[in-house]
Amino acid sequence: MTGTSTGTSELEALQSELLAEIATAQDLAQLEAVRVKVTGKKGPIAQQMSKLATLPAEERKAFGAANNAVKAVVTQSLEARRADLEEAALEARLAHERADVTLPVRPGPEALGRIHPVSQVFDECVEIFADLGFDVAEGPDIETDEMNFGKLNIPAEHPARQEHDTFYFPPKPDGSRLLLRTHTSPVQIRTMQNRRPPIRIIAPGRVYRCDSDQTHTPMFHQIEGLVIDETTHMGHLKWVLEEFCKAFFEVSDVKMRFRASHFPFTEPSMEVDIGAEAIGKPGQWLEILGCGMVHPNVLINCGLDPEKYQGFAFGMGLDRLTMLKYGVPDLRAFFSADLRWLRHYGFSVLDTPTLGGGLSG
Amino acid sequence: MKFTLSWLKDHLRTKASVEEIATKLSAIGLEVESVEDPAAKLGAFRVARIVEAKRHPNADKLQIVQVEVEKGQPLFEVVCGAPNARAGMISVFAPLGTYIPGSKITLEKKPVRGVVSNGMMCSAAELELATDSEGILDLPADMAEHIGGRYIDAAGLNDPVFEVKLTPNRPDCTGVRGIARDLAAAGVGELKDEKTISGVEGGFDNPVAIKLDFAKDAADACPAFAARLIKGVSNGPSPDWMQARLKAVGLRPINALVDVTNYISQDRGRPLHVYDADKLKGAVRARLGKDGETFQGLDGKDHTVDSTMCVIADDRGPLGLGGVIGGEASGSTEATTNVLIESAYFDPLRTASTGRKTGLVTDARYRFERGVDPQSVLPGLDLATQMILKICGGKPSKATLAGKVPDTKRCIIFDLDRVEKLSGLALPAEEITTILETLGCVLVGEGKVFEVTPPSWRPDIHGAADLVEEVVRIAGIERIPATPLPRTSGIARAVLTDRQKRARKVRRLLAARGLVEAVTWSFLPKAQAEAFGDGATLVELANPISVDLAVMRPNLLPGLLTAVERNRNRGIADVALFELGQAYRGEAPDDQFVAAAGVRAGTAGVSGGGRHWDGKAADVSAFDAKADALAVIAALGGDASKAQITRDAPAWFHPGRSGTLRLGPKTVLAHFGEINPRTLAALDVAAPVVAFQVFLDAAPADKKKSRAKPALGQSDLLPVRRDFAFVLDRGVNAGDVVRAALGADKALISGVTVFDVFEGGALAAEGKKSVAIEVTLQPSAETLTDKDIEAIAQKVVADVKKATGGEIRS
Repeated sequence: MTGTSTGTSELEALQSELLAEIATAQDLAQLEAVRVKVTGKKGPIAQQMSKLATLPAEERKAFGAANNAVKAVVTQSLEARRADLEEAALEARLAHERADVTLPVRPGPEALGRIHPVSQVFDECVEIFADLGFDVAEGPDIETDEMNFGKLNIPAEHPARQEHDTFYFPPKPDGSRLLLRTHTSPVQIRTMQNRRPPIRIIAPGRVYRCDSDQTHTPMFHQIEGLVIDETTHMGHLKWVLEEFCKAFFEVSDVKMRFRASHFPFTEPSMEVDIGAEAIGKPGQWLEILGCGMVHPNVLINCGLDPEKYQGFAFGMGLDRLTMLKYGVPDLRAFFSADLRWLRHYGFSVLDTPTLGGGLSG
Repeated sequence: MKFTLSWLKDHLRTKASVEEIATKLSAIGLEVESVEDPAAKLGAFRVARIVEAKRHPNADKLQIVQVEVEKGQPLFEVVCGAPNARAGMISVFAPLGTYIPGSKITLEKKPVRGVVSNGMMCSAAELELATDSEGILDLPADMAEHIGGRYIDAAGLNDPVFEVKLTPNRPDCTGVRGIARDLAAAGVGELKDEKTISGVEGGFDNPVAIKLDFAKDAADACPAFAARLIKGVSNGPSPDWMQARLKAVGLRPINALVDVTNYISQDRGRPLHVYDADKLKGAVRARLGKDGETFQGLDGKDHTVDSTMCVIADDRGPLGLGGVIGGEASGSTEATTNVLIESAYFDPLRTASTGRKTGLVTDARYRFERGVDPQSVLPGLDLATQMILKICGGKPSKATLAGKVPDTKRCIIFDLDRVEKLSGLALPAEEITTILETLGCVLVGEGKVFEVTPPSWRPDIHGAADLVEEVVRIAGIERIPATPLPRTSGIARAVLTDRQKRARKVRRLLAARGLVEAVTWSFLPKAQAEAFGDGATLVELANPISVDLAVMRPNLLPGLLTAVERNRNRGIADVALFELGQAYRGEAPDDQFVAAAGVRAGTAGVSGGGRHWDGKAADVSAFDAKADALAVIAALGGDASKAQITRDAPAWFHPGRSGTLRLGPKTVLAHFGEINPRTLAALDVAAPVVAFQVFLDAAPADKKKSRAKPALGQSDLLPVRRDFAFVLDRGVNAGDVVRAALGADKALISGVTVFDVFEGGALAAEGKKSVAIEVTLQPSAETLTDKDIEAIAQKVVADVKKATGGEIRS
């Protein structure tokens, strides 16, 4: 018994000693040194364990168990100390590490890029007319006289040509000359020549007039609309335009005024004004577009029988729509690529117009 | 087209207000551009009498006058500085609060040298009735009956002037009577009966021979020419009423003979001309001009005619251009005693053509090019004769008519149901027929279908659609009920073509990369188009608006590059712009193509430019442009890694720092790189710029057939990475190293990246460089053994060496 009790008290002393040593370790390196020393193959616990063989058989079990208990306590203590020291080290690091988070960061490319207002408004128009089943048709800028005028019921020397200050290209040997389209209406012709009714299209694009002053630029944008079937009439035209204006200006009601007018390619023809309340300027009327029922001669020119087919067409200025909706003052600035202007009036890449999410985001 | 309210009332019985008339005119297609209503400007000014005038106690040049403004009411005390103010004088008074147009002030109650003036006595200049005037208006004594009344009413100045912007289809409304007819049809009053013009019986034959001298194919230039001589007229100023009306609509009174023609032109839309018969030699003939003939026009300028123009000539040569302008030499003056009146019909198209070629904008052209009523040839002549006889006296000859008044009578079969079918407006049959009849159409028939004969003054009405327009505009467009357009599908379907979708995507992509979208002109200065032509056939405008906008752009870059410099000049050094739009390789529709181009200058890289605490952004390089171009190609749905890169970018790029992205040898997807300093210098761009241009249509369409994504081929085995560094000749492309490494084992090698390029140190002296790559091996079936990996590594080294001559760096 004596031997055993001696052995036990030795173990107790060893445990106290080791725990004290662990407690004095001041950092992880010291603790690691303690661990190596204490739990190593030649460490005190291993040495105690080596005595096992010298003990009488009946004492071995108890001594072994006691020795293992010391080992467990010491190991646990080492781990606890490690956790404490790690926590303290992290605490010290966190207390030390400091960024001046008030320093500015770069905004990222998506904050710098812009969509041109005309592109944005074009996308808005596409959204609206897509809902009404209009496709988007396109045509070339360089057109023949026949497509820009003749087929649209504007023969040579027609007075209406005076209102189209046309850019021409030099005459060809046969006397014909190409021109820059003065309106998007040639796309009507191209569409009717290539498709059979029913037709619903819009045709946006660049158009050109030999004119430049405060409110005119030699190039600008139009959007054309065309519906051809067997029943569409002026009442539908009025409705489509009213619905378009409400959707486009994102208001519940727009005052509109339809005035009789004349265009060679429509009969009857109308000009349309909107009450400027829609853009926050009550009391004024603003002319926004011309429209009418497609002229029977135009239908015939495209191989359609006007006794059977009918429909409407309209044309409006995309730049003008943009100016009205977004309060852009000067048409000329649209084409000057001035970054100050583009950053101010341009749109974020995230402002994708949708009917569900709102056109202007 | 201008007219006054009183002039309109010559033809229209109406009580409608100026406002009502203007609104109706605009609604029915006669767009009112302006109404000048004197009542709005001068309505506050009253006729008043100065009862007493005495000197101002504190000022030598001022008087204090007591003014009777309202009969039997207390007098107004007014301070007046006019030297002519005197007791008993009838003049014009402006009460406090009146805006004085001539001096641009509003009268306020304030003392003048200690005496409060309760209004103002006014001069003609203050009412803008004269440019300057001495003293206040001194009205005749008989104006006393108007005391208290509005001065404009008393003086007959209250005649509002309308200006209508006529569309080209309405020649009838170039005369006041035509406008009155439209208003009457639209319910604003009643058209007065035309004063009957009794045929004027001439006392003798017209001694001036009138001839039409045209070849058959030009006979329509002037099919009818009527004329009459009046002998012994005494010409002089026209009557005051006529002068007042002409002045009100902006015409300058000349003399009675000329004024009569201008008056009838304005009143009836029937242009006429008067010749001093004593200045004519031989017959007067209408014929085509002869190239090189000249005459002096009434505008005082010399005009040269050509063989397409219709001239009126005598034996000496052209007197004037038919339907456009008369000549100075044969014109009537106050000394004219024998006058020849011309009333003719000139072809609208030829008149328009002559007008366009000569640039002459005249009242005659305005009417003839729209199509003057052919039936007005003889009545117009008689009307002019009557007025001249009344004003100038004289003895008229019989009328001569050369040629024949063209018969434009035509009949339209009109089904009244057409109105509702085309307009959506249901109208009673009677309303439709009444409108057409009021406009001058003759209707024959009953029930729903009529034969409609439009009046001779409406050359624009040809078919049923035209009649519908007449009915609808007069009945009122506002009555057409808005009718929903039937939907083509329940939920809206997608409408954009692939091409349109791709353009939309690229636009948003480039903006997301920090580029700002610009829209620049489709035309360029010729030098720029030439410099960026690259084999395109330049398309040059015949009539450019300026030399800077003269040739259709073959390329989007010049517009962007010059924009860079403009922005730099405004103090913005870091410029990142793009444009997505059309350019032109030639004039045919297929020559027009769509490209996306972008420029970056300064430090405007994709992550932003400028100085920053985190390190100044680097100057942009060809790789910024390359990254943009590849991003565009990826957005187009292409596999950017499949594009080959060649070093043959066009001449406007830096020869050593640019590339071309291709699909196969023929298809060029894009160019990118630094812009050649020579090109920049030619464009006056003072900073280095990198640029790209991607040809959207060159990228193949996305052939994806199914919306379902392919199965994800992921492997549970860990990838293995190995690094290699090769020493290469400096001229070898790193891309070739990458391609060779990728090809060493296509099944296992899933990626190769270049992680280091070193060209300095000892290597530089040998003309060498080092390129280090990381090769990723992705096993799919079983884990690779060291032996497998070693075999592949050997193959990589061997293949790279074979392709590039590169040695593995020890």
